Amino acid sequence: MSIEVKNITKTYGKFTALKNVSLEIPDGKLVALLGPSGGGKTTLLRIIAGLEVPDKKPETDICFRGKSVLNAHVAERQIGFVFQHYALFRNMNVFNNIAFGLKVRRGKERPTSSGIKQRVMELIGLIQLDGMENRYPDQLSGGQRQRVALARALAIEPQFLLLDEPFGALDARVRQNLRRWLRKLHDEIKLTSIFVTHDQEEALELADRVVVINAGRIEQDGTPNEVFHHPKNAFVMDFLGNVNLFHGRADADRFVYEHPDTKNGTLERFFARPHEIDLRPDNPDGTCFPATVKRVQLAASVVKIELLDHNSKEIYVEIPHEEYGKFQFKVGDSVFAVPKKPIVFKEDYSI
Amino acid sequence: MVLPGFRITLGFTLTYTALIVLIPLSLLVWHASHLTAADFFKTVGNPQVVASYKLTFTASFLAALTNAVFGFIAAWALVRYRFPGRKILDSIIDIPFAIPTAVSGIALTTICADSGWVGGLAKAYGIKLVEFAERYRLDFFDVPLLDKVDGLRIAYTPLGVYTALVFIGLPFVVRTLQPAITDFDKEIEEAAHSLGANRFQTFWRIIFPSLVPALVTGFVLAFARALGEYGSVIFIAGNIPFETEITSQLIYTQLEELNYPKATAIALVMLVASFTCMFAINMIQWYSARYSK
Amino acid sequence: MRFRITEYFVPAILVTLTLVFLTFFLVLPLVTIFVEAFSKGYQAYLNAFNEEYAMSAIYLTIFTAAIAVPVNTIFGVAAAWCITKYRFWGRNVLITIIDLPFAISPVIAGLIFVLAFGKHSGFGGWFVDHNIEIIFAVPGIVLATVFVTFPFVARELIPLMQEQGSLEEEAAVSLGASGWQTFWRITLPNIKWGLIYGIILCNARAMGEFGAVSVVSGNIRGETNTLPLYIETLYASYATVPAFAMATLLAALGLITLVIKTAVEWKIKYDRSKG
Repeated sequence: MSIEVKNITKTYGKFTALKNVSLEIPDGKLVALLGPSGGGKTTLLRIIAGLEVPDKKPETDICFRGKSVLNAHVAERQIGFVFQHYALFRNMNVFNNIAFGLKVRRGKERPTSSGIKQRVMELIGLIQLDGMENRYPDQLSGGQRQRVALARALAIEPQFLLLDEPFGALDARVRQNLRRWLRKLHDEIKLTSIFVTHDQEEALELADRVVVINAGRIEQDGTPNEVFHHPKNAFVMDFLGNVNLFHGRADADRFVYEHPDTKNGTLERFFARPHEIDLRPDNPDGTCFPATVKRVQLAASVVKIELLDHNSKEIYVEIPHEEYGKFQFKVGDSVFAVPKKPIVFKEDYSI
Repeated sequence: MVLPGFRITLGFTLTYTALIVLIPLSLLVWHASHLTAADFFKTVGNPQVVASYKLTFTASFLAALTNAVFGFIAAWALVRYRFPGRKILDSIIDIPFAIPTAVSGIALTTICADSGWVGGLAKAYGIKLVEFAERYRLDFFDVPLLDKVDGLRIAYTPLGVYTALVFIGLPFVVRTLQPAITDFDKEIEEAAHSLGANRFQTFWRIIFPSLVPALVTGFVLAFARALGEYGSVIFIAGNIPFETEITSQLIYTQLEELNYPKATAIALVMLVASFTCMFAINMIQWYSARYSK
Repeated sequence: MRFRITEYFVPAILVTLTLVFLTFFLVLPLVTIFVEAFSKGYQAYLNAFNEEYAMSAIYLTIFTAAIAVPVNTIFGVAAAWCITKYRFWGRNVLITIIDLPFAISPVIAGLIFVLAFGKHSGFGGWFVDHNIEIIFAVPGIVLATVFVTFPFVARELIPLMQEQGSLEEEAAVSLGASGWQTFWRITLPNIKWGLIYGIILCNARAMGEFGAVSVVSGNIRGETNTLPLYIETLYASYATVPAFAMATLLAALGLITLVIKTAVEWKIKYDRSKG
């Protein structure tokens, strides 16, 4: 394990940002801390970096490659930190920004000026900003600034790379490109990295592991596949994409609709993702969920249909275009929904 | 607390602040505590002292009021309108800050004396005004500062004190208002127009109310500065006891006569007034910061 | 028609009022200083400086500022650092206390030091016994000036550093920079314009302070006379031309201060529009 975080609690006055959080980061992986804003993910990242100090408790510890760094200053931890708004030094050009971490070293550790130059130019090549080394931060675009911030963090040859909302301040298109570029870069240099994001798509696409954090707690820690297809609880399921809530009666291996008037026994809550619901115009055995079509959106890679169920609650369904072609539902049509992969959670959670 | 240097900078700041400000100030309070209540009230209630308080507070209030009105107009014009000389005017607003009070004091006195540019005009037109009033028997023109021989006197009268205090307080109002006027959200104004409000309605109902905290802050700052002002006033005032002697001058005179307890007692009243102003400003800022969001 | 009136007449009236009011209160006094100084010709103006007392007043003024300004600059930077980079109990109280000297009348500021170091206080008695003169001597003048100019640099820096935040400093520290390195390489370049402005304001006030210095100086010609006090002495003895000649020095200092201030504001605005 390259990073181990044990029993971290962080309170600000009466507000608890993190509640007894433990986490292990495997070597060479790109890990996403995913969660809603205010959930504590940035606080956790800053604590790992040493920019924030956790509450003092005997069982609390942070280890880098087995060694405790709990009491080490941020400068001693050898981490590369990329700040959300980059925090580039506005009085220095690109070259000097990247060279800063090397220039402030003392004595033997400090490379020669030609050594610094070589390293910086290498990094400038890596971030594809050749020829821009004399520009100042205010002469760069958002994406370029982001890459300079990354190069600056890499210049000190950190043990780990920590990124706080690395794409948060960029527009959608730049974000896409930079995301792929970062993944490629990670595959090349294999540096253990953690990044914070509130965008589930970003986390799923980019990370080797996704750690879902909410209200100061880790909800789930797993591969993108695990957290998406086997969410541990309703929060994770909801946060990683649209989800529909149904009430139905358990019948063998599936849930069936029961008319409220004829109900016998209690109904169970279960969830289904939009793409795991079938729609049909008829209700052969009377067990499908009746609904009315409210809106159909065709301009997408799948057809997105909004339904209203008998309680006027919305159900979102996504079906392939070929599938839609069979029945061509129109607004106002009566349809019947068949959840294919219902998921049930034990604990109570309301969406 | 990641950044280093907290202990050393805070330690230095506290020590230095204590040495330069807190200890000397508390010595003043300590000295004042040696006064008996009877002595204190005898000193403060002395007619000459009371007259100086009256003059200082009245002139300061009127000067701050004048600055609130004209300072508002000036700040508005400087922010909202483009006219030749605007940038120069904008940068000379701070002249009363930048020029030492003794220098502005002698300059104002020279201008407002009988032989000065303004003083000369005031004399000539003052005499005409009195003659005009006499001819038509307009008795209400019989004001103390106007007479048949000297016309309207500014220097060496309370009017001179007022003039100096307007000069010294002007930047406070303008500089407090300018950012508030600049920051006023243009969209809110446009929204008001789109709802059918005309310019006057938009100004009085939408813009002006949002500028009131800044205006009041500027007024109090100018008033507080005027209360304590010394250098620019003493030359033009002439320091005639009971007439044009401001409180700062009275304290100074007591000190020259080595009358320390009396000086302390008189000063204490002014100090309380200054601190009240400071407190008021903090309250206004706290209040507007809290309710503007 | 009504819109026409508000659109053209109101601005015209307000601009005219502004011009008249500001000309009367700001331009006239400024012009007067120079007109009076040269009213008896160029030679009379120069003669004013050919005085032993004039030179000693100029010297004492510079000497006082040379102590007060650096001391208050160091204080201002330290205070701004600890106030803007950390949260601690009593922080807001400290900010208010730093502003105190602004709220106190200069005469009362002088009085404070007369009371503290005068013969009658236990404290001052000790100095008198040891033949150290503070009041009615140069140390008193310096002390009063330090007090009066105390908040200038801190006041200029606190809002500026507050606005800039600590992100760049955090980044520097995460890259291995020490506290000093962070301050010299990151913080100082970012605040330099505000710092310069604070220093020149502090200097202008230090050289021009009248009330507080007047109280503690005892007005001994050639010994405890600063430039503003010397101007007062000249003016009181009807030496109008020399008085205004000396005043031109301080007025010029004030004008230079304003020019630098405008340049600095322009620079800060420019930097911000770029960033």
